[in-house]
Amino acid sequence: MLEWMSLLAWGDSGWSDEMVRGAGWTLLVAVISFALGIVIGAGGAAVKLSRVPFVPLLGDLYTTLVRGIPDLITIYIIFFGGGQAAMAVAKLFGYDGYIEFDALTTGVLALGFISGAYSTEVIRGAVLAVPKGQIEAAKACGMSRWTRFHRILVPQVARYALPGLGNVWQLTLKDTSLISVVGLTEIMRQAFVASGSTKQPMVFFVTAAVLYLALTSLSNKVFNRVEIVANRGVRRA
Amino acid sequence: MRMLTTMLAAAALTAGVATAASAADWGKGSDVRIATEGAYAPWNYTDSSGNLVGFEVDLYKDLCARLELKCTLQQQAWEGIIPALQAGKYDVIMAGMSITEKRKEVITFSRSYAATPAVFVVKSDGPLAGFSTDLDAVTMADVDDAEKATIAKVKEAFAGKTIGVQIATTHENFLNEYIAGDVTVKTYDTQENLDLDLQAGRVDAALAAMSYWKPLLEKDAGKGLKIVGPGFTGGPFGDGVGAGIRQEDQQLADMFSEAIGEAIADGTLSKLAIEHFGFDASAKE
Amino acid sequence: MVTLFDEPANTWELIANGLPWTLTLAASSLALGFFLAVGLALLRLSPVPPLRWFAYGYVYLFRSTPLLVQIFLIYYGLGQFEAVQKSFLWPFLREAHWCAILALTLNTTAYTSEIIRGGLQSVPWGQVEAAKACGMGLGLRFRRVIFPQAIRQALPGYGNEIVLMIKSTSLASTITILDMTLIARKETSATFSIEPLFIAAAFYLAINFLATRLVMWVEFRLSPELREAKTGKTLPDQGVVGAR
Repeated sequence: MLEWMSLLAWGDSGWSDEMVRGAGWTLLVAVISFALGIVIGAGGAAVKLSRVPFVPLLGDLYTTLVRGIPDLITIYIIFFGGGQAAMAVAKLFGYDGYIEFDALTTGVLALGFISGAYSTEVIRGAVLAVPKGQIEAAKACGMSRWTRFHRILVPQVARYALPGLGNVWQLTLKDTSLISVVGLTEIMRQAFVASGSTKQPMVFFVTAAVLYLALTSLSNKVFNRVEIVANRGVRRA
Repeated sequence: MRMLTTMLAAAALTAGVATAASAADWGKGSDVRIATEGAYAPWNYTDSSGNLVGFEVDLYKDLCARLELKCTLQQQAWEGIIPALQAGKYDVIMAGMSITEKRKEVITFSRSYAATPAVFVVKSDGPLAGFSTDLDAVTMADVDDAEKATIAKVKEAFAGKTIGVQIATTHENFLNEYIAGDVTVKTYDTQENLDLDLQAGRVDAALAAMSYWKPLLEKDAGKGLKIVGPGFTGGPFGDGVGAGIRQEDQQLADMFSEAIGEAIADGTLSKLAIEHFGFDASAKE
Repeated sequence: MVTLFDEPANTWELIANGLPWTLTLAASSLALGFFLAVGLALLRLSPVPPLRWFAYGYVYLFRSTPLLVQIFLIYYGLGQFEAVQKSFLWPFLREAHWCAILALTLNTTAYTSEIIRGGLQSVPWGQVEAAKACGMGLGLRFRRVIFPQAIRQALPGYGNEIVLMIKSTSLASTITILDMTLIARKETSATFSIEPLFIAAAFYLAINFLATRLVMWVEFRLSPELREAKTGKTLPDQGVVGAR
């Protein structure tokens, strides 16, 4: 037990400060990826709900792929192939040369791509949950497309999507543990490094588990709060 | 809605595309980003303050000072270290990477700065602890009859056993080409995880560089382990360890070769090697 | 372990050699996890508070931490101790595949028990009362009235869990199991091409497609009363239930 304490000392002799810094990176990657995922999800939902023939199929393809392929493999593909793909796209626009993704960007792209597929499903469901009559009523009131969109649709979709997005957040947070290959020193990578260097894996993976537990619990509280606030004007049945 | 979608798509495309570093003109004062693994002591590892330390960390500082480059060091998981170099995440790999023909198909190397044979390590109280061969060294580049017999002897001794090795290493290639068959080869993400399993008895032997094992065996973490059998060099093990650099940046590779040559000539390199490995694993002229 | 191709002629065959491991890990942990999950769901609904708390704590712990951490805790964490190495458990914990099955089982138990609990709670109370009135004992009530309906209700969610578990087996590649993922990763780092990863992805997609179809078929068999109404279409999209 004493040995564990010294391994986990704060500062230069122990690993606590490194692990907590890792938790900071985990949180940062998760937040940005989750936000990117929502943006992708909004686009994905629009594509899936499009009335243009064959366009919804693109959305289906995206969500089916992400939901059917292990996240680890998706991350490896984006990590190993993302740079080349981006360079190929840039070449089409006449740009020749390296496109550089730092570790954070690579991680965020990979996790955002994955969480975007789940957000797509959640947001699509939320859009469908808005009663059609309301849109028709808004039209009848003479609201423009844009007004209908941001006055009627967005506020309600946001509220309906909240619980589902809470799940996506938890998933994204836990998925950050898979991106150690991109070279970002998040919780898991720090735990690898520390356990490798000290040959004491147990203490560091327990620490990692505790840190994840703290992050999920705290963020759960935040989501519950937001849900209460978002539903404050809604009459309970 | 459609406009919004287009805008989002455009934003997604441009986001994250940072500055571009094309095959640049390298010279005094250039910014050079160097990557290492940070999990391969004493070559490169992470201390408890989270700092990267080790032979290559000292070496890069020396080389960059000679070349008057502005160098920064970053950490990268081993498995992705070459693809990330190609993707432009950094410019130089210094991570105990052997110069092999296979790797030369995709990247270029500086001249080697260290050379160290590959050896097997087993538990000293295990069944393989007594294993030895007549030859101490096997050169894989041109295998003669005595060496052929030695490889056969290794194969026989390890039959039915499990050998651990790190993924994407010359050691893995060697095991697959020459030893696999009756031997189970287990692949690990990091050398350190392999050490844990060797200590736990999940693998019977592990293959890695002498320069990695020797310092480890002198520490607590290496207690109860011993080196057995011959040291292997050449062939699949490559021609020593060098700095990995994109093929477009041959100029940078030449600069590093020159600086390494100077460090060999004035004795800096062998001094660093003895300091970190406990023996002179540095490359010679 | 069985290999499908002794001398693989191409990357497809090479990666197919990892298929038996992927299927074994998924099938055994799903099967074991299902039984444990039924027990855990019953504990969660038990009138005895400590049992409820235990079940709640278990589910909370396993759902709040990444599976990768759980795998490493069991494989490298437990393996570190000499006491474990000398114990009767070592023949199991020594082997990476048993560690993987253990971690995957404990993990899926947490998620599945929540799905089953939802199913159990969906059975109308009136039916339980009616069964009581008919003189059915607790065991009979559970077996004949509650459980079949709960399973039927839980099936779509459980189908999702099956897919998630098949995906999760890929994490076993981090503890040296030569499943499709590790073979693909080895090939990718040996050839510097991402083709092997794409091939592995295609295999996982195909397995998951078949698994989804299988669940839909079972669902169809279990709900004769809905057959006229075309079961497949009336089911709600499961979204991210149980995502990890």
